[in-house]
Amino acid sequence: MIKITDLHARVEEKEILKGINLEVKAGEVHAIMGPNGSGKSTLASVLAGREEFEVTGGSVQYMGQDLLDMAPEERAREGIFLAFQYPVEIPGVSTTNFLKTAVNQIRLHKGQDSLDAVSFLKMMKEKMKLVDIDQSLLSRSLNEGFSGGEKKRNEIFQMAMLEPTLAILDETDSGLDIDALRIVANGVNALRSEDNATIVVTHYQRLLDYIIPDFVHVLYNGQIVKSGTKELAMELEEKGYDWIKETVDVTA
Amino acid sequence: MNLQQAFITQYKDRETSINGQGKTAWHQRRKAAFADFEKLGFPSKKDEEYRYTPITRALEREFTADTLADAPINEALVKELIQSVIPNDVQANQLIFVNGQFQETLSNIISPSDEVKIMPMSQAYQAHSELIEQYFAKQPGIQPDSFVALNTALAQEGLFIHVPKNKVVEAPILTYFISDTTQGTSVATPRNLYIAETGSKVSMVESFHTIGTDASYQNAVSEIWVAPNASVHYTKLQPESTKAYHTGTTEVHQSRDSRFTAVTISLQGAMLRNNLNVALDDEHCETHMYGLYMLNGKTHVDNHTAVDHRKANSFSNELYKGIMDDQSRGVFNGKIYVRQDAQKTNAFQSNANILLTNEASIDTKPQLEIWADDVKCSHGATTGQIDKEQLFYLRTRGVSKEQATAILLRAFAGDVLENIELDFIRTQVEEVIDARLNSNF
Amino acid sequence: MSKDNQILEEFAQSDYKYGFESNIEQESAPKGLNEDTVRFISAKKEEPEWLLEWRLKAYRHWLTLKEPTWHNVSFPDIDYQDIIYYAAPKQKVRPKSLDEVDPELLDTFKRLGISLDEQKRLSGVAVDAVFDSVSVATTFKDKLAKLGIIFCSFSEAVREHPELIRKYIGSVVPAGDNYFAALNSAVFSDGSFCYIPKGVRCPMELSTYFRINAANSGQFERTLIVAEEGSYVSYLEGCTAPMRDENQLHAAVVELYAAKDAEIKYSTVQNWYPGNKEGKGGIYNFVTKRGICAGDHAKISWTQVETGSAITWKYPSCILKGDHSIGEFYSVAVTNNRQQADTGTKMIHIGKNTRSRIVSKGVSGGFSQNSYRGLVKVMKRAEGARNFSQCDSLLMGDQCGAHTFPYIESDNSSAHIEHEATTSKIGEDQIFYCLQRGIDEEDAVALIVNGYCKEVLNQLPMEFAVEAQKLLALTLEGSVG
Repeated sequence: MIKITDLHARVEEKEILKGINLEVKAGEVHAIMGPNGSGKSTLASVLAGREEFEVTGGSVQYMGQDLLDMAPEERAREGIFLAFQYPVEIPGVSTTNFLKTAVNQIRLHKGQDSLDAVSFLKMMKEKMKLVDIDQSLLSRSLNEGFSGGEKKRNEIFQMAMLEPTLAILDETDSGLDIDALRIVANGVNALRSEDNATIVVTHYQRLLDYIIPDFVHVLYNGQIVKSGTKELAMELEEKGYDWIKETVDVTA
Repeated sequence: MNLQQAFITQYKDRETSINGQGKTAWHQRRKAAFADFEKLGFPSKKDEEYRYTPITRALEREFTADTLADAPINEALVKELIQSVIPNDVQANQLIFVNGQFQETLSNIISPSDEVKIMPMSQAYQAHSELIEQYFAKQPGIQPDSFVALNTALAQEGLFIHVPKNKVVEAPILTYFISDTTQGTSVATPRNLYIAETGSKVSMVESFHTIGTDASYQNAVSEIWVAPNASVHYTKLQPESTKAYHTGTTEVHQSRDSRFTAVTISLQGAMLRNNLNVALDDEHCETHMYGLYMLNGKTHVDNHTAVDHRKANSFSNELYKGIMDDQSRGVFNGKIYVRQDAQKTNAFQSNANILLTNEASIDTKPQLEIWADDVKCSHGATTGQIDKEQLFYLRTRGVSKEQATAILLRAFAGDVLENIELDFIRTQVEEVIDARLNSNF
Repeated sequence: MSKDNQILEEFAQSDYKYGFESNIEQESAPKGLNEDTVRFISAKKEEPEWLLEWRLKAYRHWLTLKEPTWHNVSFPDIDYQDIIYYAAPKQKVRPKSLDEVDPELLDTFKRLGISLDEQKRLSGVAVDAVFDSVSVATTFKDKLAKLGIIFCSFSEAVREHPELIRKYIGSVVPAGDNYFAALNSAVFSDGSFCYIPKGVRCPMELSTYFRINAANSGQFERTLIVAEEGSYVSYLEGCTAPMRDENQLHAAVVELYAAKDAEIKYSTVQNWYPGNKEGKGGIYNFVTKRGICAGDHAKISWTQVETGSAITWKYPSCILKGDHSIGEFYSVAVTNNRQQADTGTKMIHIGKNTRSRIVSKGVSGGFSQNSYRGLVKVMKRAEGARNFSQCDSLLMGDQCGAHTFPYIESDNSSAHIEHEATTSKIGEDQIFYCLQRGIDEEDAVALIVNGYCKEVLNQLPMEFAVEAQKLLALTLEGSVG
């Protein structure tokens, strides 16, 4: 589905991604772990097309297309969804209104008719159950005054609404208590299928108890230094990131 | 002859008595300023910049052609005043001007001359002619002002400060501009030029006083040049008499990485108008402007400030507070300009006022003019009474209403007062305020 | 189709869609302005002598005035002798019902989305349609008349209710109030008149739709709304004009009178032709709007969405004379390309415990200049007066300007006044968030701006709110990038 080859990226003068290689196939869940500052969120942002990051080398093939050539909204319409680590607040714009615009633009892109108010509402009601989100939250301004947990739940709710092919969850677990984490993870699991894939970016192993990854990659200093299965995550949890740092810095 | 014509005559008299300086470029600036004044005249009632402050009418009522002559000085009273305002143990340069004239015997310069050059302008015109040439009346000003033009045309005396590159002036420079009216009204036109070269640091205080019971008028202008990475702290004090009139402009020019702080404290006067104009002419400048006007009787104080962000990445912050008692009148106008090149500007302005009586009034006009898009600017203005909730809270804790009011007003003024750099000056201002708070209730 | 999609679709279209011209036989006054012009207009309208005198007095006063220069807009000198002061569709007899109105006229309003056919119109809105200098038709008059409500064109009111007109005309905006008000008082052509009797709550929105059609003509309408004790009315005003290369002058006067316990809600969606991208053509919109809360507990609320006009100069104001009276001003002013707007309000607190609220949202794009100018004045006897003002400016692009000129004057220590203003640009992270959800940049901007203006748009009656949102999107087209 997505093939990242030797991806380099920098922000201003600082190189952050130093040659990332990663392939994700349909139906898979990949976890990307790593210490703070290792480039995890940068990778997520680059895949979504944030312009502050300049790609200086490498390529990303997504569903047979050059992803790096596409505008952020094109990527979204082609099925890439980024659950933000810090969802932005947009005063005065209700989540409902916002989503209706997004859903219909994506449908338009796919050559489908836009949803009328009734079908849209019906769809919303269904998806709301997934993340146990309250109707009243959705009529409020987008993310404004939401708690951390509400913001994250809203992200997963939007993911459910937009039905992405490739979902990238950027530190969706950070700042969540265990109950909220469970709700979010249940939502993500319910959306898993043979046709889509998920990249879970996280600092903590905890999330991976709820969203079981097929592969785990450790990102350190802008490169994937270790890959394995969920056992790698357990090992990391046990030994801590210093263990990775030591092995890498020694071999380097 | 009305006052305006009297000033014109005064200028022409001086022009004929001038020798040697007439051909210099800075003298040409003086002539141009005179032409401006002739054209502008005193501000009319309709002048937007003076709509709340009818200074022309006041000046023409109080002063005539005869009052422009140099008034004699009562030296004993002046000494007494100085002793009362400068404590003995203060390590500071002190410069005294009375009725516009420099008082050498009463002044005292303690800073070494390689650290800073301090002298009256009358000496600087010769001793530092190249600096005068370079800096005198060279600031275009954000907008033309009659009183600045008049000052430039008539300027003879004032204070000159030059801080060489990378010098830190340890002792503050205190200047007292005193009007002695014991033998009749006094009119003076102080003109000051302060230059802080690259990387230097200096702190100066201007304090305006009137002795005697007759009317006084000072039309003052200070030009301040803050070179790259230099740091200037400027305090203006107005513990004036109830018969004092003042029009003063402080024109500041900041270069890259420079810092400038102004604190303006007005406590009393007949009608005082302060213009503070700061041009942030390069990137990464930092500007702080604080003001407190605590007025009683019939005092009328008008503070006009303008911050002109001309280049990107600079920061300005302004906080002016007013407490109006009796029949006093406060006026505040704050302008923030952000020019098209001044992206990433952060500019903040706040003006808060408390009216203590129904006869007091406040007119405030905070103003933003923005031509750059990537900026964060805000202003806020409030007028009201002391917060009743706060007052009630204090009283439930056993504090009397009078005491509680004083505590709250002191706290209200505190945000500004804490920015006065010199301890003894802050204490003096606080004493005036405390005395007033206690006597009023 | 959902409301939002309609907006987006409109947004994707370009330019001013109301710019067509109707081919209607006109009769008009000769170009230029003198006492004969004033007499001509008065005669055309079959006015009583006192009103002609009132006009002439205003005209003579106007001659002594100078065009104001204090505002923050600039434009070439207006040649007041090069304007046609009266233009009207030729009608042989005054139409008694819609059947007799020129079908071309009805069609014009239909194309503007204003159906004058009562059957097809939403039953909640009564419309007075003004075409150049005359009112074409007023709907639902009979239904309203049963409640004692008078809603008709100004000319008709002069004929049918001269005593009311004579009592209230110029009572809030005196004939010589300012340059443009004096001009209007001399040559005003038509407009709407509403009278809500004591204790009546007007059951439907009253609405006037103004259309400039004739070339070289100015429009000088005059609206007067009188709400008697305990009554309520919500009034809407909309306006458009054809695209022309010349500038056209619009100098209107609106007077509102609210008696004790009465409430008037006045909403405007102003979409006069703004000129083209280079600033050629467009309407000069110089308007004086003022309301008086004459009695205790009266309330006047102004809501305006200003997206059109080459130049906008208007300050809908409230004189809060009655104790406990309330004034409100909600404004969205959007300027793009070469548009200039200098708009705001005046809140004059005279009565005790009077309250006012100002919410102004300015959005500037392109090369436009957008100024808020407001006055909050608390008089000595206005014990306990309260004001809150919030003035925000949003900049979209680095060639435009946003300016804020608030005047705050307080002569009463118990008054509490709070003013806040901010200036900022649309956040890049907000746009990115929308992009990531598949919304393109222009739509993202429209969404965010609509959100930013929500507090004001919420004040509009439903039908207008939708219209206003579409307009915002259209006006901002091409402002980012």
